[in-house]
Amino acid sequence: MIEAELTRCVASFHPGATGVSGTAKLSGGASQETWTFDIVHPSGNVGAILRRAPPGYGAAPSRAAGLDAEATLMQLAHDAGLPSPRVLHVLKPEEGLGTGFIMARVEGESIARKILRDEQFAKARPLLARQLGRVAAGIHGLPAAKLPKLRQMTATREIGDLEREYRSFDWPRPVFELALRWLRDHDPGPSAEVTLVHGDFRHGNLIIGPDGVRAVLDWELAHFGDPMEDLGWICVNSWRFGEIDKPVGGFGSREELFAGYEEVGRKVDPVRAMFWEVMGTLRWGVMCCGMMQRFRAGPDHSMERAMIGRRASETEIDLLRLLAPRA
Amino acid sequence: MQDEPTPDELIKAVADFLRNEIAPAIKGHNAFKLRVGINALDLVTRQLTLAQAADATEAARLKQLLGTDGSLIELNRALSEKIATGEVDLQTPGLADHLWQTTMDKLAVDQPNYASYKRELGDTSRS
Repeated sequence: MIEAELTRCVASFHPGATGVSGTAKLSGGASQETWTFDIVHPSGNVGAILRRAPPGYGAAPSRAAGLDAEATLMQLAHDAGLPSPRVLHVLKPEEGLGTGFIMARVEGESIARKILRDEQFAKARPLLARQLGRVAAGIHGLPAAKLPKLRQMTATREIGDLEREYRSFDWPRPVFELALRWLRDHDPGPSAEVTLVHGDFRHGNLIIGPDGVRAVLDWELAHFGDPMEDLGWICVNSWRFGEIDKPVGGFGSREELFAGYEEVGRKVDPVRAMFWEVMGTLRWGVMCCGMMQRFRAGPDHSMERAMIGRRASETEIDLLRLLAPRA
Repeated sequence: MQDEPTPDELIKAVADFLRNEIAPAIKGHNAFKLRVGINALDLVTRQLTLAQAADATEAARLKQLLGTDGSLIELNRALSEKIATGEVDLQTPGLADHLWQTTMDKLAVDQPNYASYKRELGDTSRS
């Protein structure tokens, strides 16, 4: 276990800390893990989250921003007054914990079905779309000079990446072909304004409390690009969890999201947002197919991965509803 | 010839046992995994029951659209290529109907509770 290393580490940035308790792994792939724990201190314990690549896992997947960049972005968002956890510490090699960072734990819910159905969020739900519009605008307005180095994406490049990945599966999907064709035909070209894009702005990466949005997490896919990408991605039907008439996460309307975004003095391009919604729907479909590939190739030979492969067809019906709606 | 019961009957019996007798007694992460497992068995049962007829009508539509013969995967490859090159598009008579029918048949097996599917199913039965 990692308690001994954590105990030494927390004492270095939280003077008076005597140890850690309640250490538990929340999630972990091969190269990246998330742990929850409490920093034990005589004047009161502090909830914390460790996000790290364990020692020996340096290289992140090519699309990943990298944990150092994630820490910087999270702290910048926090400093700008956006709902974002405070970064408590960036790991140093000599601490033996690998690379990554420790942040303050924000209490709340990230599971979509609970957020959409539980009574305790009933008052928050009607507020969320507008709030998230404001948050997205805040992210897109973070000061460029302070941002870390990140990959730069355009719609054209994203179409190319998706097509390459889909073709690598060598499994014909006429509906995906139709979507790729539509995307190429409707590619809006480079965005006039290139900003920081969160890249995975949706349920699962948002901590919600009874009062509304409390934190935006997981900057792993952050990049520079068309800010409308974030507004399209959060409207993808796969994140509505059954509430298909409420495009924004199953809790709100595009109009509310866009109004929140424009309250902060930024401008929405609804056509570009819709383009990215189609792109996002295909992207999730391609990701589902990728899960199937990883299930078959191992090492993660799990039922969960296998069954996600069978969700690609959900994105096919959603693509048809977007591109070839029935009268 | 193999004897009865059929594979779908056997799998359904196992899934029902897990659902009704075992699931209520399991807690935590294994309860989640068990639910995924039961969903997988239900999916297999649906595929065994529905896929043969759906595949046959899909193949018939593809042959009509493409004017060629072949296995289901060969026909789907041929259609995919024609859509990619733009030779066939949504203006092509029969294409939209074919994609819709094929997708509805996939959802009937994969995720019959998916809200978009239920909505489209309802719209069809009303018209």
